Amino acid sequence: MPVKQITVFLENQTGRLAEVTRILKDENINLQGFSTTEARDYGILRLVVSDTGKARKALKDAGFTTHIADVICVEVEDKPGELNKILAVLAKDNINIDYIYVISGTRIVLSVTNLSKAEEVLTSNGVKLCN
Amino acid sequence: MAEGFWEKEYETMPREKLLDLQLERLKKTLINVYENVKFYREKLDGSGVDPYNFKSLDDLGKIPFTTKDNLRLNYPFKLFAKPLSEIVRIHSSSGTTGNPTVVGYTKNDIALWGNLIARNLYSTGVGENDIIQNSYGYGLFTGGLGLHYGAELLGATVIPASGGNTERQLKIMKDYGSTVICCTPSYALYIAEVGNELGFDFSKLPLKLGILGAEPWTDEMRKEIEARLQIDAIDIYGLSEIIGPGVSCECIQKKGLHVAEDHFLVEIIDPRTGKKLPPGKRGEIVFTSLTKEAIPVIRYRTRDLSILHTDTCDCGRTHARMEKPMGRTDDMLIIRGVNVFPSQIEEVLMGVDDLEPHYLIVLDTKDYMDTIEVWVEVSEKNFYEEIMDLEFFEKSIEDRLYSAIGLRINVSLKEPQTIARSKGKAKRVLDKRKKD
Repeated sequence: MPVKQITVFLENQTGRLAEVTRILKDENINLQGFSTTEARDYGILRLVVSDTGKARKALKDAGFTTHIADVICVEVEDKPGELNKILAVLAKDNINIDYIYVISGTRIVLSVTNLSKAEEVLTSNGVKLCN
Repeated sequence: MAEGFWEKEYETMPREKLLDLQLERLKKTLINVYENVKFYREKLDGSGVDPYNFKSLDDLGKIPFTTKDNLRLNYPFKLFAKPLSEIVRIHSSSGTTGNPTVVGYTKNDIALWGNLIARNLYSTGVGENDIIQNSYGYGLFTGGLGLHYGAELLGATVIPASGGNTERQLKIMKDYGSTVICCTPSYALYIAEVGNELGFDFSKLPLKLGILGAEPWTDEMRKEIEARLQIDAIDIYGLSEIIGPGVSCECIQKKGLHVAEDHFLVEIIDPRTGKKLPPGKRGEIVFTSLTKEAIPVIRYRTRDLSILHTDTCDCGRTHARMEKPMGRTDDMLIIRGVNVFPSQIEEVLMGVDDLEPHYLIVLDTKDYMDTIEVWVEVSEKNFYEEIMDLEFFEKSIEDRLYSAIGLRINVSLKEPQTIARSKGKAKRVLDKRKKD
């Protein structure tokens, strides 16, 4: 089961990220993890939250531009070599990773070229996917 | 050399005599356009001015103005007063907003134009021993060829460098020992900047003068150019509709641009009422050509704003001086020598799929150069997951703007609703440039 990720467009301005977290807080939505990428004048924020639909609506109402994408969420044991094990599985099957980031509870979020195939090979190699 | 005159008789002609000369030449021009250009014949008939019985310069005010739109509507050659067999050159505007404005030149016109430029250059102390690096663009634009012919007539050594390739410009400047650079003021600053990066010491170069024009520039910018390039920076003005560069130019005194009044009659008008304003009052510059053959113009509204002074200059020339043109009566922007109408930008943006119809053109000054940026909004339709895709989206709009306008305009994505929506007349331009 893929996990839903919200992407938010943010201008590179003081307080914009705080505005996003304020909205989530007001809606009582838990932020499980996030990453940011920045260009010169703007950046994009990727979020995994407890209630994607509600979060998206709240952000949209506040005027943010958002996008929903399917990503894979994998549990990784907190010991040496665990991440490598997962990445090696994907590399072996020629699945490219667009981006990857860590979220709470030693879980990682992956965006890959072929999502269903990635899920399949990870599962068949004993990697635990989160919902 | 500065005290020398290229054509002393005309340049220092007492104003009374000059006005007589203008009247005599104006009569001939009116008869010429009446007999040869339908557009002007109708204009004169409509205003009740009899070109065969024209008595006083004051009567010029009875003739309606000519506008850029008139030129466009008579595209391409309908305002020509001579058959194409006598036209030896065509120039035109970029024409990105509908039809370009097309102008023609007879052999005599080309000679006149060259003579005006030679006169201008001479009045700034340039002579046959000078090496002139002409970095105005050569082509349909009048800057390149206009300066070129005048500089050759003067007997100077002309390097037709044309615009661009700044490192080569600097190499030429140094290796050939250019003493004069002709280009837009913003390009002069850019040359200075690149030169500094490359370790050029301009105080050690023979370069002494810049003949700069094709865009409005402030005195503050002049000081900067002069300090950076170690030159005197001279303002030259013109527009292709009148003849091109050389309609007016500063002498070495730098106290206003002398209008070649023996060839062009200049008026300053109130742009709202069309009424003629006296010297010292700010208004729109209007020109009437007095000797041009191919495409004479009667009371052409330049849309440029300036102030006229008719007292004799310290250089001894009696021709009226216009202050550095500052501002326009229309919404035309002049960015790095390129004329840009906001409507052109709008046209491109509206052609981009998935783009919201809100935009803002932001003008600013960076290192004394005009910068132009267009803000557009991100929306769910154009919001992609990856920064790379967003940057590609910006770049694709920049490329479209460049091919339509010929100018690199940065496109910047903004959050939704950040561009003010207007009720009524939209404010599409935010001008943060420093003004004098």
